[in-house]
Amino acid sequence: MGKFDVDKLRRDFPIFENYSLMQNKRFVYLDSAATTFKPRQVIQAADYYYEYCCANSHRGDYDLAHMVDVKYLEARKTVAKFLNAKDPAEISFTSGASMSLNTIAYGLSDILNEGDEIVLSEAEHASNVLPWFSVAEMKKVNIKYVPLTKEGRVTPSNLEKVITSRTKIVSLAQVTNVLGYVEPIKELISVAHKHNCLFVVDGAQSVPHMKVDVQDLDCDFLAFSGHKMLGPTGIGVMYGKLELLKKMKPLLSGGGMNSRFDTCGNVAYELPPAKFEAGTQNISGAFGLARACQYLEEVGLDNIVEHERELRIRLLDGIKSNDKIIIYNKDADSGIVTFNIKGVFAQDEASLLNSKGIAVRSGQHCAKILMDFLHTDATVRASLYLYNNKEDIDQFIDALNNGGDFLDAYFN
Amino acid sequence: MPTSISENASILRDIIMDHYSHPRNKKEINDPAYLTVHMDSASCIDDIYVQIKPENGKIVDCVWHGNGCAISTASTSIMTTLIKGKSLEEAKYIMSEFNKMLNEEEFDEEALGEAIAFINTYKQPSRITCANISWRGLDELLKEEEEHHHG
Repeated sequence: MGKFDVDKLRRDFPIFENYSLMQNKRFVYLDSAATTFKPRQVIQAADYYYEYCCANSHRGDYDLAHMVDVKYLEARKTVAKFLNAKDPAEISFTSGASMSLNTIAYGLSDILNEGDEIVLSEAEHASNVLPWFSVAEMKKVNIKYVPLTKEGRVTPSNLEKVITSRTKIVSLAQVTNVLGYVEPIKELISVAHKHNCLFVVDGAQSVPHMKVDVQDLDCDFLAFSGHKMLGPTGIGVMYGKLELLKKMKPLLSGGGMNSRFDTCGNVAYELPPAKFEAGTQNISGAFGLARACQYLEEVGLDNIVEHERELRIRLLDGIKSNDKIIIYNKDADSGIVTFNIKGVFAQDEASLLNSKGIAVRSGQHCAKILMDFLHTDATVRASLYLYNNKEDIDQFIDALNNGGDFLDAYFN
Repeated sequence: MPTSISENASILRDIIMDHYSHPRNKKEINDPAYLTVHMDSASCIDDIYVQIKPENGKIVDCVWHGNGCAISTASTSIMTTLIKGKSLEEAKYIMSEFNKMLNEEEFDEEALGEAIAFINTYKQPSRITCANISWRGLDELLKEEEEHHHG
């Protein structure tokens, strides 16, 4: 399977040893779209900060502090290389995709005038909706949604239909978090640029799973979280084209982001990325995230795509003759499978799977507006990643096909 | 000695299925004499309104509406049947015994009636918040009613 040895790779992840059983069953983790496990290499890289170079950055008066600055810049360069960004200064560290998107939305509010439009889709995660709602309220601009195809996809021709001369910003996920479609983001970006709109990519579900080249895509901004790509929690990235970042106002103000200020309120900001990194940063997190990027490169993002695809096919094949299962995204190209069991509330099904040792997520998956499109209150989502193996899939198939009644979880 | 109902899984299961399939006291009431609490959260899909009508220290009516999983739906339905017609003090007692059961403490089985069906919740700790969602709502309503009289 794939071009790497998944069982050897699993040994890099301490959690598989430390949490091998759930409900006394072999533990199967199918919730990587929510967060991912961390390999030992990432944990060690994050700990390295605390154990070997624990000083504040940008305070290079002594050797230890200088060493932190060098390592922190190295981490930024590693992430820049991972995304093929032109300049490491285009990488700002944030606390995660939510903070990145909030920073972008607030920062871009200056270019909006009353009556302008921001275009989103109904398949967006709350993090790529709510910051724009705030900005829309603040600047009296309108939010519009790209109509989804009947499968729930965003297409360039539908984007073309919704953009008007008042549209200034388009913000879309590259991979949607509920349905898991890989959107044709490069084509969508080119449509937006043709109409002089800025394009923000929510990469929370794409960057961990596939090669994302910001220069090739020509996106103006990209946001993602470290913890969904084997990295630590509390660290993420805001990528932006340098000329745009230079003009953009920061959301957070404080230490380390200004070069000077006076009592009259005049402030001279630092250049990006420092401008967007007020306060002492999550330096350990940045070290861990950089190591996660390297780890993914070592395994090979194309291999990861192929691995997830093979597991997905195995899963769909295993449940295809089960007519009690409704799958909402049969044709999705990612490792996300969204489904319901007929007549069973999503949370009850997730609970039953828990009793079989299997971790999945039930709910509206932070994309509450999509539920109007799917005509269901909630769904169950299983999401795959590089450390899932055939045994995981077979155990999951068995639980779905021979799972028994959903109240069994309560009475076994 | 006859076995306790709490040891008979199939009876407990039937109770939950019965209240899930045919929830009792499920209606929305538009009357200012009713106190209403809305229970929902970002972490689960349950979206439940509980309404009580207090009168002279008694809960003369208790209804609910909304959406939830089997556990929260059945638990809410059973709760309404248990506390309807009880005094505020009696309702508080039932609530505290229910919470004791969920926390695996000694509790008064007599007081709980069909709510005994949730005795196994501890086996699925993630479901405790489902089983007690409307009870937490009731707690808020009872406090609101107390404040109204003593505040």
